Amino acid sequence: MQGRSMGSSEIEPLIAQMIEQLRERIAARPKAAPLMIGIHTGGVWIAKRLHQELGLSDPLGSLDITFYRDDFTRVGLNPQVKPSQLPAAVDGRHIILVDDVLHTGRTIRAAMNELFDYGRPAAVSLVCLVDRPGRELPIQPDVVGQHMELQPGEHVKLSGPEPLVLTVQKTA
Amino acid sequence: MIGPHEVQVDAQGRLRHFLTTEGLSRALLTEILDTADSFMSVVDQSVKKVPLLRGRTIVNLFYEPSTRTRTTFELAAKRLSADVLNIAVSTSSATKGETLLDTVRNLEAMHSDMFIVRHNQSGAAHFIAQHAAPHVAVINAGDGRHAHPTQAMLDMLTIRRHKGSFQELSVVIVGDILHSRVARSQIHALNTLGVGEVRVVAPKTLLPAEVESLGVKVYHDLDAGLDNVDVVMMLRLQRERMRGTLLPSAHEYFQLFGLSARRLERTKPDAIVMHPGPINRGIEIESEVADGPRSVILQQVTHGIAVRMAVISMTMGSRVAEGADA
Repeated sequence: MQGRSMGSSEIEPLIAQMIEQLRERIAARPKAAPLMIGIHTGGVWIAKRLHQELGLSDPLGSLDITFYRDDFTRVGLNPQVKPSQLPAAVDGRHIILVDDVLHTGRTIRAAMNELFDYGRPAAVSLVCLVDRPGRELPIQPDVVGQHMELQPGEHVKLSGPEPLVLTVQKTA
Repeated sequence: MIGPHEVQVDAQGRLRHFLTTEGLSRALLTEILDTADSFMSVVDQSVKKVPLLRGRTIVNLFYEPSTRTRTTFELAAKRLSADVLNIAVSTSSATKGETLLDTVRNLEAMHSDMFIVRHNQSGAAHFIAQHAAPHVAVINAGDGRHAHPTQAMLDMLTIRRHKGSFQELSVVIVGDILHSRVARSQIHALNTLGVGEVRVVAPKTLLPAEVESLGVKVYHDLDAGLDNVDVVMMLRLQRERMRGTLLPSAHEYFQLFGLSARRLERTKPDAIVMHPGPINRGIEIESEVADGPRSVILQQVTHGIAVRMAVISMTMGSRVAEGADA
């Protein structure tokens, strides 16, 4: 899809397919109640959709990993930081961590570091709308909407929340 | 000499040092409050700290004693995972004749990244900011009668969390405006954030001559000053000044300028009462009010840690973004 956008008519089937996979994962862990957490900002948009469809009992949580990023010493503080909000204790829970695009893996590492500062989950499942190449850390998703091959210098970005649109951009 | 404003904001508009609320933009003050709001959630974690400033060294350089301010700065720095050195200079090398700059140079040589400065001389933090090494950030933790910007910003955070916004508010500051660095910083911040009306109430002997030029309405009668306000900010009156010529007695001060439950009825029904602490009970404020449902005094302390985390990380962040530590 290089050089073009993917709109909601193409994203909706991906989300439907992610929901099916998630139902199976949740059923496989009957002892640990699921708690869904979206990563700001795109991850929260996707998580809202999944959370609504799955009918989970706890409200959706959100994480802003700004304070856990490993590049503070290079780029400083992001001024658009939002508070993290966890609606329930994470101890013993099956955490369903949701992000929009999985790229280097550094965001997920930061999110897991933050998560473990709140407590000790029984398990963490990683859910991403898009999985793209470029991993710098040994992190892999459990549920994926779409694997996407990108050319060097290309980036994929989710805009939303209404409508959700994926766009492939060339970086300068 | 370059003014504090030029020193504390860099070419990209980011906070390099935090010396005064005077001259800072509404956008920057709002960014401090937003960042502080985000840090409020850190105390919900079982590990009450974030790794943002791991490996950084912050020096609390206090030339004037202050347990409360020093402790909240120390806790803020530790919640950011920084290492903290507390230096009470009155008991240290200053008494052996070392100058302020010599002390700063020595601490820089120990690879410090930030100085948090409390000094009885106005302008001390500004002086250090001007002479510190480029990678070092400076935060003013109270200098003479000049400024106490983090106290003012924790007050702003408390007001915003209770009232939502600033525009429609009427705020009164009561007490020793003349000697108060807190009041000066509060007035600048309230006006920049667009508060509808800022009033000050004080005896004539405790008001600076040019006070109206700061953008406030002056009252000498507390009852009139409290009429229909949304926020009451009491100031601390230093007991030692009671024996001077500025005031007749603590008792008479309370009769004229102390906040009682009866007087509080003149404010709006949902008005909040603030005080920077420590409180002189029965002098500035009656215990019934200080401990009552309108009092947000202890919340101010909690907000103070979040605001200091915000200011420390913002000033440190602008350093690293410049590549000072590359």
